[in-house]
Parts: sequence; C-alpha cells; structure tokens
Amino acid sequence: MTDAMEYKLQASSLNLYYGRFHALKNINIGIRPRSITAIIGPSGCGKSTLLRCFNRLNDIIKSARVTGRILLDGADIFNSGIGLTQLRRRVGMVFQRPNPFPLSIFDNLAYGPRVHGMRDREELEMIVENSLRATMLWDDLKDRLNAPALSLSPEQQQRLCISRLVAVEPEVLLMDEPCSALDPFATAHIEDLMRKLAEQYTIVIVTHNMQQAARVSTETAFMLLGELVEFGDTTQIFQNPRQKKTEEYVSGRYG
Amino acid sequence: MKQDKLIKAILMAVALSAIGGLGLITLFIFKEGLPIILQIGVADFFCSTDWSPGEQRFGILSMIVGSVAVTLGAMAIGVVFSLGLAIVLTQFCPPKVAGVLKPLIELLAGIPSVVYGFIGMVTIIPLIREYVGGPGFSVLAASIVLGIMVLPTVTSISIDALNAVPRSFWEGSVALGATRWQTTHMLLLKAARSGILAAIILGMGRAIGETMAVIMVTGNSLEIPRAITDPVRTLTSNIALEMNYATGQHRKALFATGVTLFIIIMALNTLAMAVSRRRVAGGGNR
Repeated sequence: MTDAMEYKLQASSLNLYYGRFHALKNINIGIRPRSITAIIGPSGCGKSTLLRCFNRLNDIIKSARVTGRILLDGADIFNSGIGLTQLRRRVGMVFQRPNPFPLSIFDNLAYGPRVHGMRDREELEMIVENSLRATMLWDDLKDRLNAPALSLSPEQQQRLCISRLVAVEPEVLLMDEPCSALDPFATAHIEDLMRKLAEQYTIVIVTHNMQQAARVSTETAFMLLGELVEFGDTTQIFQNPRQKKTEEYVSGRYG
Repeated sequence: MKQDKLIKAILMAVALSAIGGLGLITLFIFKEGLPIILQIGVADFFCSTDWSPGEQRFGILSMIVGSVAVTLGAMAIGVVFSLGLAIVLTQFCPPKVAGVLKPLIELLAGIPSVVYGFIGMVTIIPLIREYVGGPGFSVLAASIVLGIMVLPTVTSISIDALNAVPRSFWEGSVALGATRWQTTHMLLLKAARSGILAAIILGMGRAIGETMAVIMVTGNSLEIPRAITDPVRTLTSNIALEMNYATGQHRKALFATGVTLFIIIMALNTLAMAVSRRRVAGGGNR
C-alpha cells in the first residue's frame, strides 16, 4: 500500500494496441499527487494515447486493446468497481482545442454536475460561481452567464473548459496540449493557472512545447515510438538526461 | 479555352431554362388564380367554408383547416419516429448496421405515393374503423400515411445534422462522465437543433404538398373536422379532384387554391432556409 500512498496514478506493464499497431510498449510510470507531470516527445510517440488511458477515453476506439494495469489511489481502473462515469468524474480532461459546448456559459459549467445527477438550482449556481473563481473567470463573466460560451475568446474558452472540469470536483486533471491553440500571453496565463491548480489537483500535461514542460512541471516523462524512454525530475531530464535519446530530443536534435 | 466557353454557354442555357420554367409556372398560377381571389374577396375566399362551385361560391377555409390538420398530425407522428431513428442510427447502433439501414430508409422516398395511399386504404382505414371509430377515412389515417411518407426526408436530414456536430463536443461530454444518452439529449440534440428544425420544416412542406395518398385516405369531405376520426379535404386534393371537369370561374378558383398552397410552401421553404443559414452563420453559437 505504500505505492498507493505515494502515487495518485500508477501504470504498470501498460501496453496498448490499435489493431496490430503496438502504440504503447510496456509503460511503467507513477504520477505523484498534487504535482504537475509533463509528458513530452515527438508527434506520434504515444503521449496522448497514454494520457487517454488514464480516463479510459481510448475505450471509444473500437480497435484499441489494453493490457497491464493502471491504479488510481491503488485501485485498478480497468477491473475494480470504479465505473466509467465515476472514473471520468475523478479524472477529468482538457483538450487541445478548447471545446466549450454550444450552450450558455452557465449550462457549460452546470453540464458536469447535471450529468452526475445534480438538479438543485441554488447549488448549481454556487458550483458555477466557485468553478469560475477557480480559473479567475468569475469577475469577467459573472454578468453574462447566459451568453453563448462560443462567444468567448480562445483563452477564456480554455479557462471555461478547465472550470467545467473543476465543477465536478475531480482529483486528476489530464491536459492534452492545452495551450497549442493559444497565443503566448494566453499560454502564460494558463500556465499560471496550472501552477495554482496543482496545489489542489494532480495534473498530467502532454505538450509539444519543451519550454512549457520545463516551466511548469516537477517531473517529466520522455516518450519515443511508444516507449517511455526516461522519467524523472524535470530539472534532471532537461539538464542532465541519462539517456542519449532524451538528451538529443531536449537539445532539439529531432522532434 | 474555346471549348470551355461553349460548354459554359450550354450549361448556362440549361440552367436558365430550368429557372425560366419555374418562373413561368409561378407566373401562370398567379395570373390564373390571383384575380379571382380579389374578385371573390380575400375574406370570402379564405374565411368561408362554403365551397359550392355550382352556385359560384368558393370558400376554402375547410380545406385550409384540412391541410393544416393533416400536416400537423403527420408531423406529430413523423417527427417522433424520424428523430428516434436518427438518434439510434447516429449514436447507438454499430456503423455497419447504420450503413445498411440509412439507404433503406431513404429508399422509402422512392415508393410512389399512390402505393402509400393504397396501403393506407386496405390496412390502416379498416383498423381505424374497427378500433378507433368513425368512417376510417379521416385526419388520423392521412396523418399516419403522411407520417410514414415524411420519414425518409426528416430522418435523413436529421442524421446529417447530428453527424455535423463536431466530435470534440462529444468527447468533452464523455470525458465529463456523461453516458451516450445523456450526451445525446443534453448536448447533441441542442447542438443540432437548427438542422433538425430545418428537417422538420422540409418534411412539413412535403406533407402539405402530398396529393394522391391523401385523396385516397381522407374521405374528401367538405366539412371542418371536429375530431381526428372525421374525414377532411385538403387543398391539394381539391385541385386534383375537380380540375378534370372545372371550367370558367370554378377552374380559376382551383388555381387560386394552388396560389394558396404555393404561398404556404414557399413560406415553409424560406423558413427552412433561414433556419439552416442561421446554423452556418452562428457557427453553432446556440
């Protein structure tokens, strides 16, 4: 049980196949609670696929097949009593492109709680306010909660998507290149937000942007062709990598 | 280059002649029908239920009511089934099954309307007479037959509208823990709302314009219906039934019936276009 205490999420001997394609090869990784873990690597290395294993979003792809284990607080997410709905409430995901629903701001934020059975209007209003405060959107948006969410700026949309997750009180936030559709200023703002959120949540971020990984994460995993090449302290990975491939990648020789 | 110009000219001529034909038909209907409406008086024509061509009395209110009743009934039945089908085919059944079923549903549109009317006559009407009451020939019978006839149009367009909802919405919803059904009714139906509305309006246009099947199952009575088991006559049946022997004023009054239909259908089509254009302009903003 010590492992379960030490790690929020832990993958062991994780393999994933898309049909015959071996997309993840024997991955072993432990994600520490209330920290930011970055997964870096060139396109097609399997980093997004790995991220999507943690909330079982790969389940919607028919040809995907998984072996091995992923433990969330020590319980296997594939075999234990954790249902899909429950798992995804505890492990939320922010996508590459902000994807607010074509509903009002309020309905976007109330969507998750409603999915999980919340009907009480007053409580919903409170959740909406708190989750907007968590991403520092409340002051900007409190007077137009009925405006369509798609009328917001890209940065606000991505913040809204994070608020939408916060509204269901998750434990883990998975972020799949959350800033790749944003400008540098918006990116900096979202990174600040991530640091703040990491005080309360466990964050795993997939990013193409090595500087971003270096800036925000405490631990970094480097993946290549479906394998986890190296995993360790972010400073160590970037300044003193043990593997030659890691060194080549972080020094910009490919990727 | 020379060839391009020639082809372009030929295609242009073909396109213009099609549009010209449409224009001429419109012109002809209005030229024949409009004067008599003014002569009878707009109020007398549209608001009287007295249609007695022999005595030169032409009031089409009961037929307007008939058309509206039959169309609303058809939509009540057709929309429920079409939406259900569209949801099942896009969200719940394996893509392979949907790939077989969708063309089959679209095939329904190819069956001649007289066949629908015939099936209605020999199966639905006896059932209504026996289990619901009335003469069988009725608003209800027409609603059922038309409900089935609009199914392919409404289903097919609704499927396209649902499939056009970006996958990222769907993923976002599923990643929040929503089930397929929750995602469908809380998100997809709202995101596809304007497309579905356009489908319904186009279905209405088809229902209100249908003639043959309706003649065969409505009983064609000239009374305003008091119940769904009462027989009615629609605007379309009125024209089809009487045009054969109509002359003079009577013939013109039938054209005026056509003008009425024309305006109703044009209004519905314009509405459908406006609704679906809003979807494009709004970028799914609703």
